[in-house]
Amino acid sequence: MSSNAATAVVQAELTKIRTVRSTVVPLLITPVVSIGIGILNGASARSAIDSGNDPLLADFDPVEAGFVGIEMGQLAMISFAVLLVCTEYGSGMIRTSLAAVPHRGLFYLSKIVAAAAVALLVAVPTALLSFFAAQAALGPHGIGLSHPGALRAVLGACLYLTLMCLFALGLAMMLRSTALALSLSFTFVFVLSPVASVIPALRTVARYLPEHAGAQAMKGDPALSPVTALLVVAAWAAAALLAGHLTLRSRDT
Amino acid sequence: MCRGTAARQPAVVIELRQLTKRYRDTVAIDGLTFTVRPGRVTGFLGPNGAGKSTTMRMMLGLERPDEGDVRYHGKAYHELYEPLRHVGALLEAKALQNSRTAYNHLLWLARTNRIGRARVHEVLAMVGLESVSSRRTGGFSLGMGQRLGIAAALLGDPEVLLLDEPVNGLDPEGVRWIRTLLQGLAGEGRTVLVSSHLMSEMAITAEHLVVIGRGRLLADTSTDDFIADNCRPRVLVRTSEPDRLLGVLDHAGLTACQEEPGTVVVDGTGTEQVGRIAAEAGLVLGELATRTASLEDAFLRLTGDAAEYRSEAFTGGNRHVL
Repeated sequence: MSSNAATAVVQAELTKIRTVRSTVVPLLITPVVSIGIGILNGASARSAIDSGNDPLLADFDPVEAGFVGIEMGQLAMISFAVLLVCTEYGSGMIRTSLAAVPHRGLFYLSKIVAAAAVALLVAVPTALLSFFAAQAALGPHGIGLSHPGALRAVLGACLYLTLMCLFALGLAMMLRSTALALSLSFTFVFVLSPVASVIPALRTVARYLPEHAGAQAMKGDPALSPVTALLVVAAWAAAALLAGHLTLRSRDT
Repeated sequence: MCRGTAARQPAVVIELRQLTKRYRDTVAIDGLTFTVRPGRVTGFLGPNGAGKSTTMRMMLGLERPDEGDVRYHGKAYHELYEPLRHVGALLEAKALQNSRTAYNHLLWLARTNRIGRARVHEVLAMVGLESVSSRRTGGFSLGMGQRLGIAAALLGDPEVLLLDEPVNGLDPEGVRWIRTLLQGLAGEGRTVLVSSHLMSEMAITAEHLVVIGRGRLLADTSTDDFIADNCRPRVLVRTSEPDRLLGVLDHAGLTACQEEPGTVVVDGTGTEQVGRIAAEAGLVLGELATRTASLEDAFLRLTGDAAEYRSEAFTGGNRHVL
């Protein structure tokens, strides 16, 4: 038996997201950072190629160059998910939320649906604009959406950003503290993936870390198939969401 | 809705049965059992740390009791469909996300229970916050936060209201406003449970009192009975021969005790009778006066043993409570 109408709770969660700065600001920063870094990276790659930097030219992937900005933009997306959950706990407003929606599963699922919808809504223009902006900055070295793998990589970027949002949402629900949740999710992106990929023994493992797998989905010539790569990220997101669910069910507020 | 059918003892709306909550090795709530009836304000009293807020959180399904349960017309809180329409609650006034406006705070809350925007405006008007409804709650005073919390509690036009320390942070005008509001809501037949650590405030707001200390029920009585039982006038007598006075008072069948050397307190009588008894015995009295124990004294006496933090215990004061 449920305590509320599901659509009403999703609507309430959407209202929460759009009426507070801690969620609106990271959502606005996501495309700004992604596009901005994409342009800077494209311009610097162009001048490197133009000046005849052969080592760079050897493994230059114009598709991948379209998503360098997303690598940074995802931090804002992660922050959105963490702040969505943790400021509710930190302020104590979670008690008002759970008194209004006593069914924990319904509350959590509605939050997931609302966050995923908003994340996807932001991710689509972010991925498209980052791609086109970076390609424009590359000038004559840039490609279009019709280039092999380009459209697939744009779709991959949209899904990757959304899945990372859900991954962070689950961690946040489990940890309940902004500092802890941000530290842990940034550790995955900034520490675990880069460290594991430079240690030869861990290189295979590194491919299955969320950030690394996601990067594969945004490449022209990936080491993992893009579908596998996104399934890996989805598995991480699902595990984090499950951990969040178990915490919500077992702990008092 | 039960709107006071039987005048004296209307139906039970809220029932707490053997409610128990333990944190590691401390028992926060210890087999708490009481009922709350409609049509009157019930004061939920206890010193700080007595377990009032923990009880209220359990009443809203926010903490799981280790034993016992809470029922509203026989239903558990999580069995109420769209609970804001049945039970409205104020827990902490400033448990808000600061950058959201007052209106938007009520709007998301209304949406969870499919309550319309019109009602949001209505409750904002009821608590006098319409003019600041588009301001961010981060700039609100504690008193404005309390008003917003009360607006949130009223949103679903609920039959039951649970308010945790609603007068905290309010100025005298706000305190009086809350009192009138609560009595008005009870007058409409609603069930109103208000927690407080201020006996004097509850004595004028609540018709019925539930007093707890260290998680245990200490009293469940009407306010009038509580005052009658605890604030009987007593006679204070000062004399140089207290032992002889105690003897003659005892002989006359009166209960008396020596509070300080030379000061005797007599229960359940007036100055006239005590004066006559003393005169008949030829005692010289230094003082003969009526002393009415204050409600605060009665409350302290009742909860003294149960208080979690008590100043006397540390300062070694000479006034022994009980």
